[in-house]
Amino acid sequence: MAVVLKRLALLVVMLFGLLTITFTISHVAPGDPAALAAGPDATLEMRQRIREEFGFNKPLPIQFGIYLAGVARGDLGRSVQTNQSVTVDLLRYFPATLELVSAAMLIAVALAIPLGMLSAMLRNTWFDHVARIVSVSGVAVPMFWLGLMLQLFIALHLGWLPLGGRLGLMALPPEPVTHLYLVDSLLRGQWGTFMDAWAHILLPAVALCLPALAAIVRVNRAEMIEALAMDYVVNARAQGITRGRIVAVYALKNAMLPTLAIIGLRYGWMLGGTVLVETVFNWPGIGLYATQSAVAQDFQPIMGVALLIGVNFMLANLLVDLCYGWLDPRTREAGG
Amino acid sequence: MTEAGERPPALAAPDTWRERHTAGLRQIRLYAHTYARSFSALLGLVLVLGFLLLAVIGPWIVPYPGDATGEVHMDRKLLAPGAEHWFGTDEVGNDLLTRVVVGTRLSLTIALVITGVASVIGVPLGMVAGLKGGWLREVIMRTTDVFLSVPGLVLAIAIVAAMGPGVINSVIALSLVWWPGYVRLIESKTLALKNELYIEAARISGASTARIVFVHLLPNCLSPILVKASMDMGMAILAAASLGFIGLGAQPPAPEWGALISIGRNYLPTWWWYVTFPGLAIYLAVLGFNLMGDGLRDVFDPRSRGR
Repeated sequence: MAVVLKRLALLVVMLFGLLTITFTISHVAPGDPAALAAGPDATLEMRQRIREEFGFNKPLPIQFGIYLAGVARGDLGRSVQTNQSVTVDLLRYFPATLELVSAAMLIAVALAIPLGMLSAMLRNTWFDHVARIVSVSGVAVPMFWLGLMLQLFIALHLGWLPLGGRLGLMALPPEPVTHLYLVDSLLRGQWGTFMDAWAHILLPAVALCLPALAAIVRVNRAEMIEALAMDYVVNARAQGITRGRIVAVYALKNAMLPTLAIIGLRYGWMLGGTVLVETVFNWPGIGLYATQSAVAQDFQPIMGVALLIGVNFMLANLLVDLCYGWLDPRTREAGG
Repeated sequence: MTEAGERPPALAAPDTWRERHTAGLRQIRLYAHTYARSFSALLGLVLVLGFLLLAVIGPWIVPYPGDATGEVHMDRKLLAPGAEHWFGTDEVGNDLLTRVVVGTRLSLTIALVITGVASVIGVPLGMVAGLKGGWLREVIMRTTDVFLSVPGLVLAIAIVAAMGPGVINSVIALSLVWWPGYVRLIESKTLALKNELYIEAARISGASTARIVFVHLLPNCLSPILVKASMDMGMAILAAASLGFIGLGAQPPAPEWGALISIGRNYLPTWWWYVTFPGLAIYLAVLGFNLMGDGLRDVFDPRSRGR
């Protein structure tokens, strides 16, 4: 319990640090914060009004206080483009991003763990080499370009999957429960909608999952190699336990902890990747929201997205840390 | 390792340059030998050298040098790849091969600046944190943690949005978010090294902190820095291209790879070559630097070999 509290306290400190960074970018960076907040088409009077309303003419520490109070109230400013409060926009767009990232992570984990296991078992064979080249490529390929290539060949040339968006033009979204179309359509038993949503999410999820896939393969392979060299594996083999069982049960269990850590870390990075992939696939999430705002020089939404992604990243890390302590008693004692 | 014949005669006077540096040369030969054993490391080296060569001599060897600087030839716009134009042409008739090759220098320079600035900020901070400890270390490391808790690209987008789009601003933004990785790396390395016997010995014999840092610590941190810098060159190329793609980085008509894809995207699917070749260039350049970094790590850190 003490560990959990300590971890939560650290989270608060980190959050404060993150707010300091976003404040610095929006208030201290060269340029007029009022002009940034007002958007590119604002008149001088509008800027002046915003300057007074947000207190941009006050000393910086007071401005920081105003900023923190605003964030605490859930006030992240207004989007000039949608003419909505940024918080409302983020709440509207975030489920789509969450759905995309979750799908991408599921694909990455489902492919990466068997790949890592097999690579470790078939170390230095052709399979291992191919897996290595694929995993390095996964980091090196620009995801926005991969997304465009997938659109070009699979959606347009072969016509197998739709080009972009969350659902077909004619389709109605399922009655919202979680706002995740895949989950909601299943809950309502709308098979057609489910298949439609699945077809739409597949290409962006594949484009998004590659760097994470590569990282997970790498870690899982290295950990499996380490685990397979342990005494308990030799012992198990001496007792006549089959190789498959040793790998899948004994070694995998021990290799899973670091693998889990990298999955948590990669979840946060993936949220950053949505900025690119959502732009390519016209996926209506916070990433597309951020790029559209950036191009229109609509400033507040970008800061909102950065903050939201940062908070998610921190929560993911917290979750991984807590899981670690729960799964591996040794770290619990060391940490306590 | 070395052939018997290569060894200097035992009785020769040890005053030639080669003889005085026998140990160092042997070490380098061993590194080269280890590096050359890995196919992927060699592939990485070839790719990196190839792109470096293009960056240096690119503007002189391209078939249509004028096309890199914004000439317009409406008579040959959007031609498919062929003998005249290997990568095809764009919407104003510029040869895409020319633009991709000339863009190499821009992308590599951007990546070099980002990696350079990041290590110049990060390495001293990491060393101070590792050596000094106390509240200074807490402040540096917690700040690092906060920066590492937001994906760099997102933070960079926010900074560029505040400063305005453009290649200089995108380089500044990416440099500002890139240094924390070096702090983390060097801090842990310094912590591990500072209790080594030879450092203690140096301290006991009265060496100043500056001497310990420059003579003992930095040289021993060089190999991890090189490995990380090699990988980061690749990742910085990717990040800069991503900003270019979003429209916040280099602005047209600069032949930046990400910006090319951003425009070419509007010409899909009919004029597919417009996005395909700049993307391939990014992919191969990033792949090269990553494979090279991998190979370097295997050389410097024997424990990582085969992992």
